[in-house]
Amino acid sequence: MSSHSKDHDHGHDHTAFQKDITEPKEDWEFLEIAIRELLIEKNVLSAREIQDEIEAWEKKNPEKGAEIIARSWVDDDFKNRLLSDGNKAVAELGFTVESLKLVALENTYEIHHMVVCTLCSCYPRTLLGVPPLWYKSREYRSRAVREPRAVLREFGTAIPESVEIRVVDSTADCRYLVIPKRPANTEKMSEGELVKLITRDSMIGTAEALDQHGKRS
Amino acid sequence: MTKRLISDLGGLPAGSIDRSEHEPTMTERRIDAMMILLRAKPRSFWASDENRRTIESLEPKTYAESAYYERWVLAMKGLLLEKGILTEAELDAKVSEVRSREQMAKI
Repeated sequence: MSSHSKDHDHGHDHTAFQKDITEPKEDWEFLEIAIRELLIEKNVLSAREIQDEIEAWEKKNPEKGAEIIARSWVDDDFKNRLLSDGNKAVAELGFTVESLKLVALENTYEIHHMVVCTLCSCYPRTLLGVPPLWYKSREYRSRAVREPRAVLREFGTAIPESVEIRVVDSTADCRYLVIPKRPANTEKMSEGELVKLITRDSMIGTAEALDQHGKRS
Repeated sequence: MTKRLISDLGGLPAGSIDRSEHEPTMTERRIDAMMILLRAKPRSFWASDENRRTIESLEPKTYAESAYYERWVLAMKGLLLEKGILTEAELDAKVSEVRSREQMAKI
């Protein structure tokens, strides 16, 4: 019986988490339990708040970013506002990226942008959710700035030699959102249909958007 | 030559990238949530820069070998002690208590 199941008195559905519940094994897992219990005992945090925060993050996922990109594909004026002031433009769609500068970068037939955080794991979490493990890995952080084309090839993303690759390094105060190229033959698609072509990786720049059939190009 | 920070990985040689997806565990989610709550208003116990400074001052071996959220929880511990929110003695006692409790639960 895990300790987690004991405090299930708040009557909501936890099924999405069940598969993750395991007994602590590592020192740092015991440390997490100890810190949490002490903070709750000392009324620094409440169990409810921690749970609410976890659930709030569950709701943050790459679809938010995809909505922004889809709008920029169908509305040039919006795209220009997004490129000139990311924070202001995403606020129009109801998204706030607090106390961080948001910079949108447009991928074209001349330039392909790719985002990394060489020092840690800075990522536009409000718009894309929690970063994938590889984004935080030593390998991606080390190599993205040195051999981006090789990294892109590993991701199955073939960018022609004629296209300039520009790698941008995030900081604690500045986050990047890549606007992938709008795929060909999507002129008749609705904004809602376009959203489905915009993947997390296409907004990090390690992939392109899916093609008009929703397949990797 | 200036000494390279342990976190300064840009441009260093490294192997292939493991691109497999990972569903965060409950422990990882809780660490993430607590970090945000402790840093955000109204508590504002520390700034995000302090968080990074603490992670970057981990022992190089610890930094290199730890899982991502392991570094986070070590940084959280460091900051909680530094800010006087928790003491080393109460934390040590709590860790022992948790360990023996989990041990008992297995029997």
